[in-house]
Amino acid sequence: MKEKLYMDYSASAPLLSEVADTLLEVTRQIYFNPSSLHEGGIQAAKLIQRSRTLVAEKLGTASGNWLFTSGGTESNNLAVKGAARQYRNRGKHIITTAIEHASVHESMLQLQEEGFKVTFLPVGREGHVSVSDVEAALTDETILVSIMHVNNEIGTVQPIQEIGRLLSSRPRTLFHVDAVQSIGKLPLDIEGCGIHLLSASAHKLGGPRGVGLLYVKEGITLQPLLSGGSQEFGLRPGTENVPSIVAAAKAVRLAAEGAEASAAAMKPLRDKLRAFAEATPELKVNGAEPLAPHIVHFSYPGMKPEVIIHMLEQHGILASTRSACSSKDSKPSRVLLALGASPSQASGGVRISFGNCHREAHVDVLIKALESIISQLKHLGRST
Amino acid sequence: MVYDQLVLRYGDLTMKGRNRNQFEKKMLRQVKNALTGFEGVTYWKTYGRLYVRLNGHPYGPVADRLKELFGLTSLSPVRSCSPDLEDIRAAALAVMSALSTPPKTFKMSVKRAWKKFPHNSQEMNHLVGAHVLRAFPELSVNVREPEVELRVDIQEESAYIFCEVIPAVGGFPFGSNGKAMLLLSGGIDSPVAGWMAMRKGLELEAVHFHSYPFTSQQATDKVIELSKRLSYFSGTPIKLHLVPFTDIQTSLVQAGQEHLIITLMRRAMLRITEQLAERHGALGIVTGESLGQVASQTLPSMNVIGRAAALPMLKPLIMMDKQEIINLAVKIGTYETSILPYEDCCTLFLPKSPSTNPNMRVVERIEAGMKELDDKIAVALQNTETLMLTPNSDNSAAQAGEDSWF
Repeated sequence: MKEKLYMDYSASAPLLSEVADTLLEVTRQIYFNPSSLHEGGIQAAKLIQRSRTLVAEKLGTASGNWLFTSGGTESNNLAVKGAARQYRNRGKHIITTAIEHASVHESMLQLQEEGFKVTFLPVGREGHVSVSDVEAALTDETILVSIMHVNNEIGTVQPIQEIGRLLSSRPRTLFHVDAVQSIGKLPLDIEGCGIHLLSASAHKLGGPRGVGLLYVKEGITLQPLLSGGSQEFGLRPGTENVPSIVAAAKAVRLAAEGAEASAAAMKPLRDKLRAFAEATPELKVNGAEPLAPHIVHFSYPGMKPEVIIHMLEQHGILASTRSACSSKDSKPSRVLLALGASPSQASGGVRISFGNCHREAHVDVLIKALESIISQLKHLGRST
Repeated sequence: MVYDQLVLRYGDLTMKGRNRNQFEKKMLRQVKNALTGFEGVTYWKTYGRLYVRLNGHPYGPVADRLKELFGLTSLSPVRSCSPDLEDIRAAALAVMSALSTPPKTFKMSVKRAWKKFPHNSQEMNHLVGAHVLRAFPELSVNVREPEVELRVDIQEESAYIFCEVIPAVGGFPFGSNGKAMLLLSGGIDSPVAGWMAMRKGLELEAVHFHSYPFTSQQATDKVIELSKRLSYFSGTPIKLHLVPFTDIQTSLVQAGQEHLIITLMRRAMLRITEQLAERHGALGIVTGESLGQVASQTLPSMNVIGRAAALPMLKPLIMMDKQEIINLAVKIGTYETSILPYEDCCTLFLPKSPSTNPNMRVVERIEAGMKELDDKIAVALQNTETLMLTPNSDNSAAQAGEDSWF
């Protein structure tokens, strides 16, 4: 394969080489089951404990637990369904937004079928939920508010701190934040924001696939999704994936330590690309500040997004149409529809997401490619 | 940040003269140890008081740490200013404005320790109080049940303005009542006994008996965690002696007097502990026994067991209910560790009906028949491992694997 310019970091980031070393060494040496009583098992259990401590330290939580799951999707499922089912006797109302990741959105639909009442808050045209909408939706029955930090499709940052403050006087309402796209990219004071549950995923940070993280505040319990042993504080049965957990902890450490520098490096790239797209009449940029430093999303109204993706690939550039999890879905994007796009506009999204390795020259290559693509397509576009 | 210092009060130590000076020095060392994580704080002391200059640290976390330290009765975050009326007035307003919820009522309490200050306490109550009232029109005075008591302490070097008095755990400074050995099993009771003994100013060295392979490494790890926790409260490192007990225990089991096993074991433990005490200059043995709780803690049992050692036995929990002990364990943060399900050597080989009324002569006869017992005790002492622990000592998980993996 020819050298490609990979700009799909929000779908998955390449495994960092020092994380790969950990993964390989621990896989080879620590084959023990952490629940075994012998020395090997104890050692494996301690590695998980050390990983947990490291994650807590790097992500700034002094109490509560970090669970290791199979990925962001499982973390979101466990947080949303586990909390709703555990606390169903307190009330049956849940608040979320219309732009959540599929793993939250579909969990909510499932809970609706189980008899929960779910409010899907709209977002403004620029892709932000309003704190006053959250406030207006709260009832005495509200047991859970689940809102993502950074939207995975358009990169908008939701007002987590303000929502946390709003909920701080309501101890019976839990606050879940899907931070899969924000951990290691944006600072977040988890305890200071009054967050009870927070999901993250290792492979978005250069860690291995198959490891998610779920922060559970002290005193909160969840109904497990799976039945089995008492691993992960009884919340997530199954033999722990020790090598991937240790590697994930290292990836979290590296991401957290480098977060500030990498955000500062990516922001100018994002701004340059956005400025180009804004100046190009064929393109429409989606989302507005506050924005994550690593995501740019634009539409080409009237053109199927796959066409752009395929043509970018001919230029050696790899990007996504939208959230990779639903990009094989030909339906209009739920997120863009929520922003008020028409169904035809909503099908036409291209998501560029940067990583640490990108420099301005890479963005210049992308811009050149887009210029060439647009000049080819412009005569073929069908108005809508 | 409205507060620049914390004032720490020792209460009445009933320590006079030279002693007092020593205890104050000890206290300062403990406070410094406890605050190692807070970079840049500085200390100074006057007669009967210790001050921590916060140098930019918010007082909350510092106060939270110090209020659990033995030897302090209370502490207050204070704003200091020169002992001058206008400065005191300005500082009083600053302190009142910084309250998170503005009070409706307050009371002034001025104490003039520096008698050369031109206004006496009564005049100052009025001079500062009236100034505050003018600045906060909603506020009124209530001397009986004020929401806030605004205090001014006028000393020669500075005036201190504050309104919060945070109670601390009390007790004596570390080591002010000598040294003893603590039998630390890993259960709920012994760490609580240790905490109570240390609060009384006892310096403790912990002793733990392990019986690998009948007990596991996790049982020992548990005791390490508990010792670290005790060290947190004293602000001083703690020694933990780990005594290998397997050989003694198995030979006692083979002595064939099932109902006396616990009695015999406890006597052997006391003998070992007494020898450790002698080596380390300790003058007593602290245990977590509570009267009647188990067979070895009936009065007849304690009589037979206790005679194995000549040192005074200190039993802080002796007259407490189990639930009271549990409540204290929860409060001091040892409960969660204590209930981890790893067996210690006392629950091993537990007989079906342990004696609650052991016969002294039978016990002595069995021991006399075990010629090898003294040798085994000597070997156990020889193989005892000693750890020096602080609250920040790495737990074994922190050293798991290779550092490069993380």
